Parts: sequence; structure tokens; C-alpha cells
Amino acid sequence: MFFNKKQKLTLNLSLFTVFLNLGVAIFLSYYVFANGPLILETGAWKAPYGIILVADQLSVIMILAVNVIAISAVIFAASSVTSNMTQHYFYPLFFLLIAGVSGAFLTGDLFNLFVFFEVLLMASYGLIIIGGSKHQFRESVKYILLNLFSSILFVTTVAFLYSVTGTVNMAQLGERVAEVEQRGILTAIAILLFIVFATKGALFPLYFWLPKSYIVPAPVVSALFGALLTKVGVYSMLRVYTLIFSHKLELTHTFFIWVATITMLIGVIGALSTSNVKLIIAYNIMPAIGFMVLGIGTFSAESLAGTIYYLVHDMAIKAALFFLAGLLVWHSGTSDLNKMGGYIKTAPLMGWMFFIASLVLAGIPPFSGFIGKYLLLRGAMDEEHYWAAGVGLLSSLLILFSVIRIFIGAFWGELKEEPKEKVRRSGLAASAVLIAITIILGVGAEWFYPYIQSTADSLIDPEIYIDYVLKE
Amino acid sequence: MEIVMSILAGTLFAAGVYLLLQKQLLKIVLGTALLSHGAHLFILTMGKLNRGAPPILEKGIKIYTDPLPQALILTSIVISFGVTSFLLVLAYRTYQSNKTDMMDQLRGTDDE
Repeated sequence: MFFNKKQKLTLNLSLFTVFLNLGVAIFLSYYVFANGPLILETGAWKAPYGIILVADQLSVIMILAVNVIAISAVIFAASSVTSNMTQHYFYPLFFLLIAGVSGAFLTGDLFNLFVFFEVLLMASYGLIIIGGSKHQFRESVKYILLNLFSSILFVTTVAFLYSVTGTVNMAQLGERVAEVEQRGILTAIAILLFIVFATKGALFPLYFWLPKSYIVPAPVVSALFGALLTKVGVYSMLRVYTLIFSHKLELTHTFFIWVATITMLIGVIGALSTSNVKLIIAYNIMPAIGFMVLGIGTFSAESLAGTIYYLVHDMAIKAALFFLAGLLVWHSGTSDLNKMGGYIKTAPLMGWMFFIASLVLAGIPPFSGFIGKYLLLRGAMDEEHYWAAGVGLLSSLLILFSVIRIFIGAFWGELKEEPKEKVRRSGLAASAVLIAITIILGVGAEWFYPYIQSTADSLIDPEIYIDYVLKE
Repeated sequence: MEIVMSILAGTLFAAGVYLLLQKQLLKIVLGTALLSHGAHLFILTMGKLNRGAPPILEKGIKIYTDPLPQALILTSIVISFGVTSFLLVLAYRTYQSNKTDMMDQLRGTDDE
């Protein structure tokens, strides 16, 4: 923060910090999977009274994914962050974002979740306007207003919940809601909370702010937003609707399945409707969110495992695609697909990486997208949500079409315009790291699956979490 | 007392939403400020309004005020204070760079 004028020093310091963070995250996950959840009582106040941070399996998986994204983002930033951006505190805001996201994944207190939401939103408000162009201001106003509104709604919902149950600790909430078997008013609160998370996660009726506002900032910022911000909304849903509100499944979770199905459809239609490369990628966030919420709505151990798998996979691949789209736009000097063509000759490596990334995104077998989708759809079939599964299959086909369209349009054919600049090396390296991770996740699914499965099992049975947190 | 406070919070919410739906950016910002005030009052009300008792819970003490809502509001006020001031600056800069503060003129097109 204090070296904002010295670009080289800031970059090296950031690289050191993200690797340190990854080390800590790896140790933490090792510890949690070996010895069970870890609880930090801030200020030594005991669980139901003080604020607690809980690192259970789900949290550490997410933390691990966040830190991998952070590393690739810093590598990408090495070539893309201008001295102007550094001077306007790109790196401090970046780390504030990472801190907010990690905090949201770790907290065991609903009000504290709101606070971490605000931390990461504040950082994102700063990041989205770095550069200060006309479009950025215009889109960021909408982004901020909508997020502010949903935050106010979040506070109100927490107040409702506090007045009904008398606590904001998630574990105790889970216990007390279970005691009264989720009466009518609590289901109403659950739906209200769903609206909050749906706004953050860009689900069907509340998605309109997402695509435009995600394409205006610098590519590294879009990648961070696309990889992390919406996923925090999904994580919160995953936590709240398995731990607290899981007693009126036929009402809340059926509703989720409907919303998820419509979100998938709207997302792919949006992705097909435009020829702006960045916008296509931004629209592709939505079907992915739809898939994850479908898993939460189906609510079986298998579909939850699918959701977790897909969450991690999607974080990596969305960041990689945003990186590649950013590189492509720099290379060609335009974001309009109709003006591109033939870049496979000038940038072969980038072209083939884009091709692989498209296959990963669409869920073609050996890659990681396939495993997540397979689990989700099989879960949905087992619970007899055939319609949702059918729409899921259709939308994966359309996703493949929408991203392959970029590959064909930008890389095939004759060279239409001379490239504006060479492909930036560190940008390619960052995307390569992420694509490699998704391939490892896919090919090595047998190694990872037991961990994901045990995480899903612990989610389906909230008693485990509650006992851990509220033990004497 | 709780009834009066709830009605007050509701009025603030209604006014806030009305202002949010306006076209002018400044009115929208004021709307969010009113909304957050409404939310804060609402938290206070939800924690039950008691007077004349300390927020201490020990064995034998029956009357006490609940300190938690106050802690929540304090956090929430600070956050909304920061966000509102940020939003005001942003609204001003948006007006400067886009030469308009009407929301219906702040639309974008697909290709830019």
C-alpha cells in the first residue's frame, strides 16, 4: 500500500504474499481433512455469543481455490497492470478483495457474513473504476446501486431472523430453526435471504447488472469478479440452505430448481445474442451459476458434491477464459468478433489454449467440467427433475456453441487485420496454470472425489457442523 | 413503542424505494441513504426496545437490554456511511465524464 509508486517492488511483494497465502491454505486444508474443522473464537468469546470463524471442509476447499486464482491473477497482472493502475492502489484493493472473499468463506456468523460481503464489495467498487473511463463510471453506478440495495436487504433479513430466533450464529440458527421445524415465517425469511444471494450470484430475475458491468474494467479485474464474486453468493446459498433452512425442501428447494433452470436458459441465450467477445464470456457465468443452484435445489449428497466440484472448476475456468478474452482483445485491438479472423497464424498458442478452455467450459469428457455436470445431472435425474436435467444438457450444448463461435470467428479463416501487439507472455502463463488445474481436476478426479464426497456428506447432515461449533 | 418504530422504518423504506426509482442519480443516492436508515431502525426495533436496564446478563438479573442489535447497527451504520460517501463521489464523477445524471441516458450499447 505504501509503495504505490514503485511498480516492480509492489509486484514482487504481491507475488511473495500470494504464494505465502497458498502455503497457509494448503496447510490449513491438510489439517482440516486430517483432524476435522478448526474454529477460531475471536476475542475468546464462546461460540454462540462471540463471532467465530469456522474452517470446515467446504471452507478450506474454497479458500484453496481462491488462493490459486489469486496467484494466477498476480501473474497475469505482471504484464497487464499499468503503472497508472498500480498508483491507484490496484494491489491493495486486490488483496482486500481476497481478504473479503476468504472471510466470507470462513465465517460462522450470519451478520459477520454481511460484513465480509461489504469488505469484498468495497474492494470491488474500487477495482471496477480503476482506469476511470466513461463506460466504467456508467456501469459501476448500476453495479454499486444494486449491490447496495441487496446489502440493505441482507441486513433487514438478519434483523428479522434475529427477532424470530434470537441469534445470528449460523450453527445456533441451524439448531433453533430445526427445533421449530421451520415455521411459516422462517420460510418467508429463507426466501428473502435467497433474493439477497440471488442478486449477488446473478440468478434469473436479478442478473441484468452482471454482463455489462463485468466487461468494463481491466481484464484481470473482470477475471477476478467472474471467478470470485458470484461464487461467494453461491457459497452462501450452499451454506445457509444446507445448514439452516433445510426443513421445507418441497417449498424452497423446488423454487431453486425452477430459478436455476430459467437462469441457465437466459444465460446461454444472452451468450448467443452478442458478438462482443468479453460479453459472451460474461454471459457464460450465468448458466454455470444455474448449474450450481440446481445442485443445491436437488439436495442429495451426490448433487451437492457436484455443486462443490463445479464451483471449484468454474472459478478456475472462468478466470482463464476472461484472461484469454482479454489477451485476444489486446492482440486484435477490437472486442467485436466480426472484425477478427485468422489469428491462429499470429497467436497459435493462445488459439489452442482457447480451444481447450472452451471444451473444459462445456464439460467435454476428460476435463473437469464433465465430472461436475455429470454428478449434478445424475443427482437431478435421481430426484426426478427431468425437465431441469434436460435444460441443463441443452444449455451445455449451447455453451459449447457460444464459445466455439469465438474460436472459429477469431482464429479461423484469413487474417482480416494485422494484430495490434504480440500476445503477452505472462498472460498466457497465467491462463495455462488455470487450464492445467482444470485438466488435473478432470483427469485426476479419482484422487479428489473422496474429499469432495466427504465434504458433501458433511453438508447433508448439519448436525456435524452444529456439534463442532457449539461443543462445550 | 415497537409498533411506532416499525411504522417509521416502513415509511423510510417506502420513501427510499420511491427515490430509488427516480431517474436522477442524486435522488437515487439519497434513496439508498433513506433505505439504510430504515434498515438500521428496523434492527433496533427487532431487538426489543427496553429502557432503564444495563446490558448485563448475570444470574438473578431479569431485566436487561440486549446489546447485540446495537453492535450490529453500529457496524452497519459505519458501512453505509462509507458506501454513501463513496457513491456521492462516484455519482459526481459519472456526471462529469458522461455529461448527464439521468439514468435513462446512462445506457450502453453492446459494442464498445
